Amino acid sequence: MATPSTTAPSAGPLAGSRSFLARIRTGDEIARLLTFLFAASVVLITVVLVFELWQQSSLAWHKFGFDFFVTRVWDPVTEEFGALPFIYGTVVTTAVALLLAVPLGLGAAIFLAELAPQKISDTLQFFIDLLAAVPSVIYGLLGIFIIVPIIRKVVEPALKESLGFLPFFQGPAYGLGFLTAGAVLAVMVIPYIVSVSREILLAVPREQREAALALGATRWESTWKVVVPFARSGIVGSIFLAMARALGETMAVTMVIGNAPVIKASLFSIGDSIASVIANQFTEATSDLYTHSLIALGLVLFILTFIINGLARLLIIATAQKGSGTGNA
Amino acid sequence: MTARLRWRKFVSGLMLTLTGLCALITVGVLFCILAYLVVHGGSSVNWNFFTRLPAPVGEAGGGMANAIAGSAKLLALATLMGVPVGFLGGVYLAEFSGSKMAFVVRYAADLLNGVPSIVIGIFAYTLMVLPFKHFSTFAGSFALGLMMIPITLRSTEEFLRGVPRSLREGAMALGASKWRTIQSVVVPAAYRGIVTAILLAVARVAGETAPLLFTAFGNRFWSPGWGQPTASLPVVIFTYAVSPYEDWHRQAWAAGLVLLGLILAVNIVARVVLARGVRVPRS
Amino acid sequence: MKRFAGLALVFLVAAIVTGAQSALLINGAGATFPYPIYSKWFDEYHKAHGTVQINYQSVGSGAGIRQVTEGTVDFGASDGPMTDEQIKAYTDKQGHGILHFPTVLGAAVPTYNIAGVTGSLNFTPEALAGIYLGKITKWNDPAIADANKGVNLPNEDIVVVHRSDGSGTTYIWTDYLSKVSTEWKDKVGRNTSVNWPVGLGGKGNEGVMGVVKQTPNSIGYVELIYAIQNHTPYGTVRNSAGEFIKADLASVSAAAAGAIKNMPDDFRVSITNAPGKTAYPISSFTWLLIPEKISDASKRNDLKTFLKWMMTDGQQYCESLAYAKLPKEVVAKEEKAINKVQ
Repeated sequence: MATPSTTAPSAGPLAGSRSFLARIRTGDEIARLLTFLFAASVVLITVVLVFELWQQSSLAWHKFGFDFFVTRVWDPVTEEFGALPFIYGTVVTTAVALLLAVPLGLGAAIFLAELAPQKISDTLQFFIDLLAAVPSVIYGLLGIFIIVPIIRKVVEPALKESLGFLPFFQGPAYGLGFLTAGAVLAVMVIPYIVSVSREILLAVPREQREAALALGATRWESTWKVVVPFARSGIVGSIFLAMARALGETMAVTMVIGNAPVIKASLFSIGDSIASVIANQFTEATSDLYTHSLIALGLVLFILTFIINGLARLLIIATAQKGSGTGNA
Repeated sequence: MTARLRWRKFVSGLMLTLTGLCALITVGVLFCILAYLVVHGGSSVNWNFFTRLPAPVGEAGGGMANAIAGSAKLLALATLMGVPVGFLGGVYLAEFSGSKMAFVVRYAADLLNGVPSIVIGIFAYTLMVLPFKHFSTFAGSFALGLMMIPITLRSTEEFLRGVPRSLREGAMALGASKWRTIQSVVVPAAYRGIVTAILLAVARVAGETAPLLFTAFGNRFWSPGWGQPTASLPVVIFTYAVSPYEDWHRQAWAAGLVLLGLILAVNIVARVVLARGVRVPRS
Repeated sequence: MKRFAGLALVFLVAAIVTGAQSALLINGAGATFPYPIYSKWFDEYHKAHGTVQINYQSVGSGAGIRQVTEGTVDFGASDGPMTDEQIKAYTDKQGHGILHFPTVLGAAVPTYNIAGVTGSLNFTPEALAGIYLGKITKWNDPAIADANKGVNLPNEDIVVVHRSDGSGTTYIWTDYLSKVSTEWKDKVGRNTSVNWPVGLGGKGNEGVMGVVKQTPNSIGYVELIYAIQNHTPYGTVRNSAGEFIKADLASVSAAAAGAIKNMPDDFRVSITNAPGKTAYPISSFTWLLIPEKISDASKRNDLKTFLKWMMTDGQQYCESLAYAKLPKEVVAKEEKAINKVQ
């Protein structure tokens, strides 16, 4: 992948070899300064962003403190704001999305990495990369007009009949709600699981497979019992990446989730997610506390995705190092 | 062959077929999406759509000319704002920086990349809308540009580092200064990869709706200059889709088809034409 | 590098060219309730006065009040008059006051989507309050069925739909429910955004209409024109005189008739549950929120000219879109009030 830096000796601020003036004349110092400024501006803007989020949500933290996380009420009339319904909605839709996307995505990744010949694997991967490029609002469009009616007329009644004894599949079938939002999110995150898992699986050292096959394992057994466990942390990392994407999804969710701060066990129920409620209510939050509460929600979401992204990256790097290391299983 | 072995071979064949099915379903979704868009929106993509302004609510015959122009302006300015920052930052990381600064910058870029787009919208609102008391194309471009920075930065760094040592050393042996080397040897060598990454970044933010909701806001007319609210394709799709008017629904489908068509076209061109042989960055 | 410089030049030129458009753009935001008539007005006004473009975004009354208070739009629009706190917040932030100008009269109607029911259902105030409080859950509940003898109401759950955004239509609806149901008044109250006991949310009048159309056995409240334009059935409501009245121009005007005599100077008045045998009980004025001071002279003059046009010529478009015209006395009072805009 990336080759180590091939920069000339002047990597530090006090390069020894040439005089300062000489470097200015050749433009090197200016170039370094200029590019440094731009690089530093990236850091600056990120710092400002976190600072602004913190400052613009301070009223909410002062008034509610930790209660913000456990209050179920979201009442603009009495100015009582609690994050719980939205955290719940975000978590539930993400969970549904992953439950649907992981088996499908992992299966596809295994096929592409282990079974398909190079050309087919690359072609299919190309199409899956295109799938990842479809914008959220298009998913929302399809969600409203195609998926919601199907779920309302076909899927939810079927689930109610077969699994209606479970609390997850009870209640009236609106078509909108947690299940639909989760289903749409699942389609949106599958490409991430597939592409990253595929790369991870491809990077598993050849010796692992060959050893398994030499011991008499079938193709599937070699894949499932040797290769996949070897790549386990990376695959989990890809799931975390998908999770982070699902958590922050706004448009597709807000168009199909029903938009009500409700906490109910049933997946048929309508609800709301953090990103969705911010999109709906931000421009009209009529009081400062209202706005600050919404931004506080944004801060919560930001921290959540930050942690999960970080974990994902660590897991993926760990697997890559394992793969390129000595190859001990 | 023992029965047990036959069973294991059967299971192996079955599971692998199933995984093939998974792959097919995943790819099939892409074609389903396109099919639905074509079926529902194809007939509404007409001359009116591209040239007329929106008609009053309930009246047929309006178009999306201002939304298309608005999206183009937003993207152009966003690219102008985000790409130089990402590009030069990437140059710094690849060519000049020490490891500590590099870590900080990369960390900040990753952080920025992971920020949900709605939160970027909030940030752009507090920074670019409130102080100026105006929704504007400029604020919308600021939000979109922010989202382009991390991708551009990471890709630039990666592709610059990928330029072989021999090229650099050759240039230096001929007496070129550091900057000259970068300018005329390293960057041109990495050019294709970087441009591909930029194109993909543009395609990615072209479909973003959430950050535009509180920055570019919306406009029924043409948006003059850069300081006024503007219509944009994704926001109009959203507004029309949740409305109850049949005509608006048809236009939403058509707009979806046009938007997705453009995004896919850019993606295909970038990946197939430009990036031949080059490893394409993951967004 | 040269290529980059060339591109930059192209952008600069494009910026200058697009910036050179001489049309004056005035930005407003707010109520979705009158959006059909407002979009018609702004379109017609632009045709008559080519250099002025009034860009109105239908984002909900709550957003209209908020954005005009922040100063990010030049005027706002709301179906619920600003409360005293909101006016104080505005004055604190902007340093001057804000004026309400009634534009049209409209009605919020209960619209529904029930298989086999194509006519108008009769709703008592108790039925509406009960449905929206979540206490009446089935369509064939006696509270509804008793007023609709002969109609085959299904034994299905009622899917309640309300606004998910801050809305003046919500204000009108909750204002009415607060007047007819003490339980509603205590439990929920009246506001542009409330803590709904039950129901799905839709964004804007358009969103609610969309959800009702797509969801069987649902009921929602929308501005009259949305139900008409979408050919969805809507019900009658029993007024304070005991009559079941369907919303139309006459019944809405009747509701306004009683209020004219006591119209306050700032035009903030509620006409829900108005007295009168033919009055439709869920009627309301809707207002444009215009700042008292507008520093940009051309914007100020254009807005004032538009207001005058709106009250006189503009009113001719109301009836075809099912909004009732402003009563003459109100127009006379408003024309004097325009001079308050400095």
